Amino acid sequence: MELAPLLLLLFAFTLAIFLGFELISKVPSQLHTPLMSGSNAISGITIVGALLALNTMEGPAAKWLGFAAVVFASINVVGGYMVTDRMLAMFKKKDKGGPRP
Amino acid sequence: MNAVLINLLYIAASILFIFGIKWLGSADTARRGNRLSSVGMLLAVVATLLYLGLDWPMVAAGILLGGAIGAVAATRVQMTGMPEMVALFNGFGGLASLLVGAAEYAKLRVGGVDHYLELLQAQSGVTVPGWFVLVAIGLTALIGGITFTGSLVAWGKLSGKFPGKPSLFSGQQFVNLVAMVAAVTGIVLMVAGGETAWAVYAGVALVVLALLLGVLITVPIGGGDMPVVIALLNSLSGIAAAMAGFIILNNVLVVAGCLVGASGLILTGIMCKAMNRSIGNVLFSGFGATAQAGTGVTGEMKPSTVEDAYYVLEAAQSVVIVPGYGMAVAQAQHAVKELAGILEENGAEVRFAIHPVAGRMPGHMNVLLAEADVPYEMLQEMDQVNPIMPTVDVAIVIGANDVVNPAALDDPSSPIYGMPIIHAHEARTVYCLKRGQGAGFSGLENALFFGENTRMLYGDAKATVSALVAEFGK
Repeated sequence: MELAPLLLLLFAFTLAIFLGFELISKVPSQLHTPLMSGSNAISGITIVGALLALNTMEGPAAKWLGFAAVVFASINVVGGYMVTDRMLAMFKKKDKGGPRP
Repeated sequence: MNAVLINLLYIAASILFIFGIKWLGSADTARRGNRLSSVGMLLAVVATLLYLGLDWPMVAAGILLGGAIGAVAATRVQMTGMPEMVALFNGFGGLASLLVGAAEYAKLRVGGVDHYLELLQAQSGVTVPGWFVLVAIGLTALIGGITFTGSLVAWGKLSGKFPGKPSLFSGQQFVNLVAMVAAVTGIVLMVAGGETAWAVYAGVALVVLALLLGVLITVPIGGGDMPVVIALLNSLSGIAAAMAGFIILNNVLVVAGCLVGASGLILTGIMCKAMNRSIGNVLFSGFGATAQAGTGVTGEMKPSTVEDAYYVLEAAQSVVIVPGYGMAVAQAQHAVKELAGILEENGAEVRFAIHPVAGRMPGHMNVLLAEADVPYEMLQEMDQVNPIMPTVDVAIVIGANDVVNPAALDDPSSPIYGMPIIHAHEARTVYCLKRGQGAGFSGLENALFFGENTRMLYGDAKATVSALVAEFGK
């Protein structure tokens, strides 16, 4: 049994978790929602798996399941990024001071 | 060559995700960060399309259909509907991972395990044992399924389609435990079953149990604890994607999924800390389901009128506004912004005090007030505003309850004792805008409302604030 490639994946997995913790250990509460919805869009990376599921000659079941996965992952990705951008656009206006006297 | 290029592009995409998340954590760079991570996503998708043998019509149809639905939903949604929108997108992410797991299992069953492993080897260049793939499929289905139905329940509670009150039945935790053990058993049977027929049944049972678990875990959680739950589900959707990455041995899925998982966990931790409770307590206690006796609250609530409030506010030098979920429900943010502007013109210093768990999702109040164009500098966090609270002339509490309940400070018998709160009760005068006389989400009586210096303004928050604005116009 070849476990070396698995260990490499596990290595990436562990490092990514620690990296994630280090990256955003301090977030101002103003950014909690955008961070959540922006990272939620990233979790749509499962679209890569969905696309690869379509790479098959193994009958219609796998294909249609893969197709459904592509649709839902696309909703997650496109919707997630756009909603986050909309939110952050509102925050950004404030940097110029807004209509304060 | 092709595979090398694809993997190099995946590495580039991972780097963009890392910087994207890093930049999302700071106000000046957040928008750039989000766009950077979307470029990373595009890169990852383009790289994947370089694989030969994809079914192009289905790829195009799937991306266009899903993309269009996502784009329309994201453009149309009102800012007040943001919590449920985020929950829904999150659920779809979990569902997509679940479907990826199911599709891979279907492939494996049609051609047999050995054939599947060969396909996997051709696609990823890596050889792995069959049990590993099956375990990864099982975990993807379990976590993806919980994320999906859990997010749906959260969506229903946030949008008011399901009752926000926690629903508990006796022995619920036991049922949850049994369902969890059964689901794990399902994974074990699916792996042990290999290519037998009953392994498929185990797989189907696993999916059903995962979907059921998502509902069972989220249904008992009350509305006020929603920020924790949403953050946790967000984390789970990332972990589901990472597990899907283990099935197809894809690094970018594992790395990106883990980053999301970790960031979601951090947010969950921040939310728990803001309530001084553990994640276990939030998930399993059914907080607020049991009616609490109002302990140690004496005196009576003193109703007041808009006119009285106007005279007090007119003379105030410093005002702190404490918004809560009630402001979101009444959609009063624009009226509140108008009132803040008038008070400033009148010479008062106006601040907004934002509690981390005010509202129904992390940062909920910030989003609403930003939508109403309240300048970002006026929003202050709990730790900034509490020290100056005793010098504040008027605190206006708009639809907030537990986050200003002084019982958290001085009543050890209170269930929320120890939770950090905004010290609104220390202001010289407190006006509380409240829909009716009932207790808040947690079912607790709020000592603030009975305070010597507190006046109640009953009614719809938006109508009350608008009436105050009108008084200033007279």
